Amino acid sequence: MKVLNIVESAYRATTEEQDETIVWLTHAMKGAGADLGVLLRGNAVNYAVRGQDASGLAFGGWRQTQPPQLARDIAGLIEKGVAVHALEEDLTAHGVQPDELVPGVERVTRDALAGLFAAYDQIWHW
Amino acid sequence: MTHYLLIESRDPFESADVAFCYDLAGRLAAAGNEVTLFLVQNGVLPARAGAQTPAFEALAHSGIEILADDFSLRERGIAADRMRPGVKPSPLDRVIDCLAAGCKAIWH
Amino acid sequence: MADRKTLTFALMDAPYESARTTTALRLIDIAVRRGYAVNAFAYEGAVLLPFNQQQPHANAVHGRNVEEENHLLTKDVVAALFAEAARRGGALNWVNCGLCVDERGAGAAIDGVRRGSPADLWKMAEASDNTLVIGTR
Repeated sequence: MKVLNIVESAYRATTEEQDETIVWLTHAMKGAGADLGVLLRGNAVNYAVRGQDASGLAFGGWRQTQPPQLARDIAGLIEKGVAVHALEEDLTAHGVQPDELVPGVERVTRDALAGLFAAYDQIWHW
Repeated sequence: MTHYLLIESRDPFESADVAFCYDLAGRLAAAGNEVTLFLVQNGVLPARAGAQTPAFEALAHSGIEILADDFSLRERGIAADRMRPGVKPSPLDRVIDCLAAGCKAIWH
Repeated sequence: MADRKTLTFALMDAPYESARTTTALRLIDIAVRRGYAVNAFAYEGAVLLPFNQQQPHANAVHGRNVEEENHLLTKDVVAALFAEAARRGGALNWVNCGLCVDERGAGAAIDGVRRGSPADLWKMAEASDNTLVIGTR
């Protein structure tokens, strides 16, 4: 079974969780043998942008030592063989230039979505 | 032919992103798939006749099957005779029917 | 039975925060009433749905005492779903994501709930006729 995980909601609890929880879930399921792809859309296309830095969070004497590193985690999925797509129209709408993207992220247009969905058995929109 | 069930829980008054779901419904249908759009929660708000939702109006005339959860409609005081043409009230059971039949189900 | 299906639902919302919770529980109820085998993978805030420390309360605005208010507690709904599944010859397999439980201190769950991991979601989905993911916002 091949599943496409669509990630749309972005930066929701990522600093608290120290991860993007669906990207993390994808890593974990891949490790358990899952056959997965990822489509970043909406604000989540920003996860594919290099140079994100959430470090330095501190509350009183408490310091966060493990901030989320979302671009690293997107690259990690690609290294593990998970196809990571980003919706072209949303990248454009967000002003994200191609040279800002994590290498290996595949840009896909809305016109191509029906074909992309056909390549997967199930579509999980998180 | 693949049957897609798009479950739209959001409404265009609060979420600009419903445009993606309505657009996706049209694209999947144009690609030769069977598409059912099932409205639930605030997603039923555009089903009220006279609601100013042009994108939904266009979809309602497209021939795609559009159903609205009868509980969500009743919860919002949208009676059957106040519904926009092209949208039918439906029990939520229809979602389980589609899942059991193996459709590709996408919650939005 | 020939028409008995297995469905998996992935939930994310904590109780009392979103209409998605009610809809998800309604869907599980319909499936359970059909005698289906139903898997529920509770991720993030949804691990609090079967939290056994939930308490009912009165409603002074409406002049109702605790009994009259009969406040919906999601732990009672989940317990009712377990009971209905058993009554109908189906099954409800409720898995709370363990790390989500830990960070929320939600370990006290009603009987029948088990602790699991993302691997469980994948295994359940693979063994199901279909899966519906209800994400959070």
